[in-house]
Amino acid sequence: MPRNTINIPDKIEYLSILNEKGELDAGLEPDIPEELLLKLHRALLLSRKFDERLLNLQRQGRIGTFPPINGQEAAQLGAVALLRPSDWMVPAFRETAAEIWRGRSLESVIIYNNGYSEGAEIPQDLNNLPISVPVGSQILHAVGLGWAAKYRQTDDVAMTFFGDGATSEGDFHEGLNFAGVFQAPVIFVCQNNHWAISLPVAKQTRSKTLAQKALAYGMPGIQVDGNDILAVYAAAKEAVDRARADQGPTLIECVTYRMAVHTTADDPKRYRTEKEVDKWRKRDPIVRFQKYLVDKGLLSEDKIAGIESEVLEVIQAAVDGAEEKMKALGDPIDMFEHAYAEMPAYLKEQKEAFVTEVAEMTEEGDHG
Amino acid sequence: MAEMMYRDALNRALFEEMRRDPFVFVMGENIGWRGGSYKVTEGLMDEFGSERVIDTPIAEASFTGAAVGAALVGTRPVVELLFIDFILLTMDQIVNQAAKYKFMSGGQGHVPMVLRTQGGMGNGLAAQHSQSLEALFYHIPGLKVVMPSVPCDAYGLLVASIRDDEPVIFIEHKLLYMTKGEVPEEKYVIPLGEAHIKKTGEDVTLLTYSHMTLKCLEAAELLEREGISVEVVDLRTLKPLDTKTILASARKTGRVIVVHEACRRGGIGGDIAAMIMEEAYDDLDGPVARICGKDTSIPYNLNLENACVPTVEEIIEGVVKMV
Repeated sequence: MPRNTINIPDKIEYLSILNEKGELDAGLEPDIPEELLLKLHRALLLSRKFDERLLNLQRQGRIGTFPPINGQEAAQLGAVALLRPSDWMVPAFRETAAEIWRGRSLESVIIYNNGYSEGAEIPQDLNNLPISVPVGSQILHAVGLGWAAKYRQTDDVAMTFFGDGATSEGDFHEGLNFAGVFQAPVIFVCQNNHWAISLPVAKQTRSKTLAQKALAYGMPGIQVDGNDILAVYAAAKEAVDRARADQGPTLIECVTYRMAVHTTADDPKRYRTEKEVDKWRKRDPIVRFQKYLVDKGLLSEDKIAGIESEVLEVIQAAVDGAEEKMKALGDPIDMFEHAYAEMPAYLKEQKEAFVTEVAEMTEEGDHG
Repeated sequence: MAEMMYRDALNRALFEEMRRDPFVFVMGENIGWRGGSYKVTEGLMDEFGSERVIDTPIAEASFTGAAVGAALVGTRPVVELLFIDFILLTMDQIVNQAAKYKFMSGGQGHVPMVLRTQGGMGNGLAAQHSQSLEALFYHIPGLKVVMPSVPCDAYGLLVASIRDDEPVIFIEHKLLYMTKGEVPEEKYVIPLGEAHIKKTGEDVTLLTYSHMTLKCLEAAELLEREGISVEVVDLRTLKPLDTKTILASARKTGRVIVVHEACRRGGIGGDIAAMIMEEAYDDLDGPVARICGKDTSIPYNLNLENACVPTVEEIIEGVVKMV
């Protein structure tokens, strides 16, 4: 009488289909067309190789600070593969693989990482939001996008990405709560990469899983092996199908690992051991997926080598193209352009004064 | 013309805009069946239902941020924040997100949202429910700031704000909701960025906005009896600021006082005074003065609260000292 158990019907499942040795649980294997499997494989390789090249460029001083995605490719691509062009993809800042899948050009990534606003422009036909650095703030925009899709009576969905650290932010909780109350068609993809800069996930939350936070907001939550692209795909498919059918939002926790630095301004040796990193190196998402595709007869070592050299060529062309394009960019006057649709008089004056100032500086420079 | 309360003029603007454009919706705390704490959203739930009149969980950042997202895809959210003091919970969404979206997306992202809130002292609600925080938003590139003083302006400026493609911080005053004024019966829009000369005069210009406009008009009337002719310019929109009207009045009278309820330090008065002295120095008979709220938090005690903000007497003294 005084103390009863309230039965909560929900539970948290953990899903793994292709383990780190590349062994398949055939009963759980999702039905993915061969063409899509190969497209995903190429995307995994392209994003890995591009990430490696970006790190290289950064060390050479040819791009600025950036957040590598190494190790998290499957957690992004397995989820984003379910979206249609009319759906919305709302990234945090470590979703380069997902952005490229959704049509962002490699050149644009390089231009952005050189600080040019042109690199932040998103072609009109892509329903992607730009990256969002303040942790968790983008989650709410996805909720609004999802709500608006529902209001417009479409069956489009919004998918947003964030990390384990973001689950401590008010914006995460408020976003999930709102989406739950209004049954907004949103897929919350948490990339639990174990580290919020130097804070391990164990110090981020006392919860056994991040997925279980969904239960408090009245939505399903699932934890998947984020380095298993088949598991990510299967969980995302269920979530997207539910959202399209007006059955509300889902939280997916992808358990993965940030193999590299937080950003290129970070040194992880100061807070984590190589032993831990080595443990995760054995769980690489690409190695096991390649083995799966070879076992299925879709790939061979030769074919993989061919794809690798093809993506390296694409990357090289993007680096060359971006560096050529950037020669024509970078007019400082641009900083006045996008504060308002119609430039107010005071800003025009500041702009004109600035133009004069820059002209004088240039002249002095010429004479000097 | 019909006489109408300030809150009813705002209510009329919401009804008409929601009828005109199906993508206008309102969102906030207790705004649905309760009709809003100051009754501005009364009746909207009956006509438009819970799809467009959204009572949100108590989490200001969530609905402000969701409004940014919804606005990005072409809806026009009108968010109500019960007190301007609560706006501080949403500052990341307003300052880092809404205000910068257009800039950081190369002009692509539009955030046509209106954030309606109310500020100011007057009801004994103490330090965290009585602030005048407009300067925070005046300072941020990418935002517009509107602060109407009379029902007629409240209606026309809210219509303009909803139709505007930029994020607008629309600040009402808790002492104005029950005030009455003439409002034309036909539909109209008052463009953002136009001040309004509420009373013409020759000797001194009072530049003011929101509730202080009423105090300035009262002071001007009393001074008129003493033979001092005062011009009262209601700025109405702080951003964009109508510098043309301000400078024309300053050049005409040669004596200017900026009057606002917000604290003097870092207040808008300083910025306006500097602008006038930069642009019209030779036409002035003396430095631009400021009559502002004291640089302290608003006390709970009603008498102390009144002492914290400019009084009619203070305004009269200020004018007399100048002529």
